Amino acid sequence: MRHTLSIVVSDRPGELSRIVGLFSARGFNIETISAGATLDPQWARVTIVTRGDDRTIDQICKQCARLARVRDVQDVTTRPHIEREMALITVNAEAGLPRQEVLNLVGIFRAKVVDVSHSQIVVEASGNKEKVETFIEMLKPIGIHEITRTGRIAIGRLSNLEAEEDETDGNHETNETYESHQSYSSRSPN
Amino acid sequence: MSARPALSRYPDSLSPPCAQPSPRGAEILINALVHEGVDSIFGYPGGAVLHIYDELWRARDRITHYLVRHEQGAVHMAEGYARASGRVGVALVTSGPGATNAITGIANAYMDSTPIVVITGQVPLRLIGTDAFQEVDTVGITRPCVKHNYLVRDVCDLAAVVHEAFHLARTGRPGPVVIDIPKDVSAAQASYSRLDHIRFPISERISYLDRRALSCAASQILKAERPVMYVGGGIVNSGASEELRALAEHLQLPVTPTLMGLGGFPSAHSLSLGMLGMHGTYTANMAVAESDLLIAVGVRFDDRVTGKLATFAPHARVIHIDIDPANVGKNRLPDLSLIADARQALKALREEISFRDYAEIVRSITQRSKWWDQLRHWQREQPLRFSGSRDRIKPQHVIRELHRLTSGEAIIASDVGQHQMWAAQFYPFKHERQWITSGGLGAMGFGVPAAIGAQLAFRDRLVIAVVGDGGFQMTNQELATAVQYELPIKVVIMNNGYLGMVRQWQEMFHERTYSEVDLSVAPDFVKLADAYGAFARRASRPEELTAVLQAGLEHDGVSVIDVVVEKEENVFPIVPAGANSRDMIFQSEGV
Ligand SMILES: Cc1ncc(C[n+]2csc(CCOP(=O)(O)OP(=O)(O)O)c2C)c(N)n1
Ligand SMILES: [Mg+2]
Repeated sequence: MRHTLSIVVSDRPGELSRIVGLFSARGFNIETISAGATLDPQWARVTIVTRGDDRTIDQICKQCARLARVRDVQDVTTRPHIEREMALITVNAEAGLPRQEVLNLVGIFRAKVVDVSHSQIVVEASGNKEKVETFIEMLKPIGIHEITRTGRIAIGRLSNLEAEEDETDGNHETNETYESHQSYSSRSPN
Repeated sequence: MSARPALSRYPDSLSPPCAQPSPRGAEILINALVHEGVDSIFGYPGGAVLHIYDELWRARDRITHYLVRHEQGAVHMAEGYARASGRVGVALVTSGPGATNAITGIANAYMDSTPIVVITGQVPLRLIGTDAFQEVDTVGITRPCVKHNYLVRDVCDLAAVVHEAFHLARTGRPGPVVIDIPKDVSAAQASYSRLDHIRFPISERISYLDRRALSCAASQILKAERPVMYVGGGIVNSGASEELRALAEHLQLPVTPTLMGLGGFPSAHSLSLGMLGMHGTYTANMAVAESDLLIAVGVRFDDRVTGKLATFAPHARVIHIDIDPANVGKNRLPDLSLIADARQALKALREEISFRDYAEIVRSITQRSKWWDQLRHWQREQPLRFSGSRDRIKPQHVIRELHRLTSGEAIIASDVGQHQMWAAQFYPFKHERQWITSGGLGAMGFGVPAAIGAQLAFRDRLVIAVVGDGGFQMTNQELATAVQYELPIKVVIMNNGYLGMVRQWQEMFHERTYSEVDLSVAPDFVKLADAYGAFARRASRPEELTAVLQAGLEHDGVSVIDVVVEKEENVFPIVPAGANSRDMIFQSEGV
């Protein structure tokens, strides 16, 4: 099963490569990875999407938590959360029908046009993986020139009521596992 | 189950204010080492560490530097020192080749959870990344085999880094920490304060033994009909042997140590089943195969112990006690786990049991009498044995003789190969930290330098390196170090003219294809040792053995005893790699 791990690590040179190195050394896979600052500039958050059965995921989390500069590892998949990724896509779309088609899709997927030339158009889409992928699939017949995608990021959900744009979010089935959600905080207070 | 999630973490505020310029990085380093209680360093100089060596020279009355003959030796010595004493061992090497030569030792310490700090020189900061002379990415190369490592970019961080490195090396599950110091950082000036105020943003896993888990473990142990305690290096690292013994004796539990756990429980104790695993005893392997409760303490279910994992302890519930949560559930999913220091956990377990009804304890012990009958039966059926010989020296007999002549009190450092297994099987260890071997990495060349390190930790004790003719030739240059510093180790070479362990596998599993294992072209080890200034003797005939061993052991300086042993002897029993541990192969001929 696919899991999204959220790892809080000291924001210092080399720390990200420790995490990545650990994945390759122990034969774990990384589907996507993204890193960014947290509120506290000392700590960065790394979001990794990986695959594995429960025991593998448990091992991955424990191994990450063992790193000296990792403060916290959460398997966010085990509780309600929101996931997003983003894609920038350059589509070959001359003025006229093809361009109209792209604009239609942009409307349907609530994407954005961010740049345009005579023959091409750059669109920005964000959402969960399925949404971004479906969007890309729909654009393919028109002619995609280039794609850049971010890794996935995730955050805990405040409430389950907020359906709005998130009907397509996966992992609803995991809601009831809320109680058993795993934290691999590597340290205990002393 | 028992470690609570963190409530708070301290930020990375490591830099003390850099106020008045005063001491240089090298001096700060030495002071920090002294503060950490370091009085010995094993090292080898080079361009990138010249400033540090300047300072070491000045500080020579506070820290003694031991000049090794190869950096691998320096790290193995630091390991031997740490393994014998429980203190953090320190090695110092230069950049580039110095660092790469040290890797084997670092990886070895990582696999065997040995607390060492390795200081490596690095090219000056401004040259990093330019493929400068003797530049390697030490932090990158060592990353997968250290507990943590540092590239010190600012001299003001240096003291804090050193203190944190020692803290990390010795706490939790111990391990190696590397500090990479660019030449200009060791030369730069900075102010130094003791930095007592620093609170580490790093691992301090204080375990909270969960009462419920403890009570559940106690009940399971009391209820078990066929329990076995499977104990490893964690017992030694946490100093848990007393507690282990008390618990085992209290409930009459059978105990089997791993290769790394030897000495953590007295081998000759009536509750000991002998070593577990590939070359473990029949009884230990059978006991685990039949057990209904495995009490695993400070172990990691290593493949050399479990054989085929799926058939390891197939009927047993597992209670796993370990300080490293990542060890729990890695290879075998336990039914109950306690993430804790082995000594604390065993103590708490014993206390928990002492609250129980006396009748329950008596019942628990009596219900296991059948199990003990079975265990004793296995012990009689297949004890460790070897066939005698009138004209060849049997390697197992050499170990027995060593045991007898040393009253079982020597510190034994072994190399890797057949001799290692015979030493493990035939030298009954009494105390923890008496047995120093390369377990996880299986690094040939470990024995001699590890013995030197152990000898430094205990100058007055008898320290014996039991090595093969192959492994000895990987690090024998360290005899010079031993002679120079009057560290009177005794080296016993089990000279079989072969890379014996490999030859054994070729004989048993590769249709006797003795490909590249012949070591018959070797130096005369007696002359070699003599050239190094060591006392040396050879025994080739059984009747010479005792006298030669005695002479070597009684000599008060470094001695080398070349024992020419049976060439094609095999280590038995053996569980073939990846096999069911019931499928042990025994010696073919009788006696
Ligand atoms: C550095 C290293 N290289 C290779 C091996 C593989 N290996 C394991 S045991 C062994 C033979 C050791 O021969 P020797 O030192 O003579 O000991 P013996 O088995 O004969 O007692 C070898 C080559 C190893 N463990 N370490
Ligand atoms: Mg040999």
